[in-house]
Amino acid sequence: MASLKDLRIRINSVKSTQKITSAMKMVAAAKLRRAQEHALAARPYAERMERVLGGLASSMAGQDGAPALLAGNGRSRVHLVVVMTSDRGLCGAFNSSIVRGAKRLLRDLLREGKDVKLFCVGRKGRDQLKREYGSLIVGDMEDVGKPSLRYDSGAAVAQRLAGMFEAGEFDVCTIVYNKFKSVISQIVTVQQLIPFPIPTAGAPQSPHECEPDEADLLALLLPRNLAVQVFRALLENVASEQGARMTAMDNATRNAGDMINRLTITYNRTRQAAITKELIEIISGAEAV
Amino acid sequence: MADQLQFELVSPERLLLSRQVDMVVVPGAEGDFGALPGHALFLSALRPGVIAVYEGATVVDRIFVAGGFAEVTESACTVLADEAVALVDLDRGRIEAEIARARDDIRDAKTDAERQLAERRLAIAEAKAAALDGTPY
Repeated sequence: MASLKDLRIRINSVKSTQKITSAMKMVAAAKLRRAQEHALAARPYAERMERVLGGLASSMAGQDGAPALLAGNGRSRVHLVVVMTSDRGLCGAFNSSIVRGAKRLLRDLLREGKDVKLFCVGRKGRDQLKREYGSLIVGDMEDVGKPSLRYDSGAAVAQRLAGMFEAGEFDVCTIVYNKFKSVISQIVTVQQLIPFPIPTAGAPQSPHECEPDEADLLALLLPRNLAVQVFRALLENVASEQGARMTAMDNATRNAGDMINRLTITYNRTRQAAITKELIEIISGAEAV
Repeated sequence: MADQLQFELVSPERLLLSRQVDMVVVPGAEGDFGALPGHALFLSALRPGVIAVYEGATVVDRIFVAGGFAEVTESACTVLADEAVALVDLDRGRIEAEIARARDDIRDAKTDAERQLAERRLAIAEAKAAALDGTPY
């Protein structure tokens, strides 16, 4: 049985943990609101981009001389998997669910006999993948969204990917990230970036007049689309991370509260027992006289 | 045919402007073009320059864009811009500092990629300066 002093120390330490977790929850909530606004605000650009590019791409598809970013380089042997995670922990299952999704994809690709390379954006993903797939990691980036996530951060990642593609280091590129659905629900999403997946559904758009001509325009748009897609994934990820952290910290605060209650009851009971014991000793002492 | 055009200016970070206008003049890569309601489907890359938004015969908004592209349909004009600043918010002192800095960077650039980046920055800054000097049409 723990002594009264031990219990008191225990209660105090849980209380201070609770203070920290509830403060983290508040911070995450504030950051989440901002991240959500950003993600929402960035949506129009990505949507319009997709529409324009989709129309242009389906009219160009199958023609000779289509840019490599659109048509691929004709092979699909080397796959690059870009795993996007956060730099910080303490956000529940956020990082491990992305890593789990990535591992599933990796296993499938390896079983098909493909060569797989890994590119990690964010510290946590790299740390978790290093043990099992350390030899596959070809590069990583950290602190992508620091101090604040802007379009440039997405462009920097995209530029690195495009550079690797041009150097022939991989044939197909896929990103894995968490899509923000709601505060308590994030969906691990696997999206193919290179070659650009051409929308097959939907009526073909009437052809645009283009200036400069279609091929040049497409060559201009595709790298930009890459940056936009990466940027969007980063935004979704940040929002998801804060959502996951908020939920995790909320749970932690509640658990700490439960623990404090239990400990307080034990503490009171022990104190009461000690008092009763002392009384019995006094009374039986008096009776003996 | 609608008698007005839905003009939208979008940057990667957010929707900057969305309104009904009579005409916009957009700096296309191969020359400025004006978009009126009923324009044919048209897609163009942009060069750094000024977008002029018309209501009636007067310009109500002048916005500098650093590049991007524009999609024109019968009833709408959508500009996807890299960077957009209202012309009145441009600051001459800062632009001149940027031009000087970009020139320094071009001189000091060690790799081709660095030089290209600096040259692009210089082009944008010079276009900004030109936009301030330019006579509004």
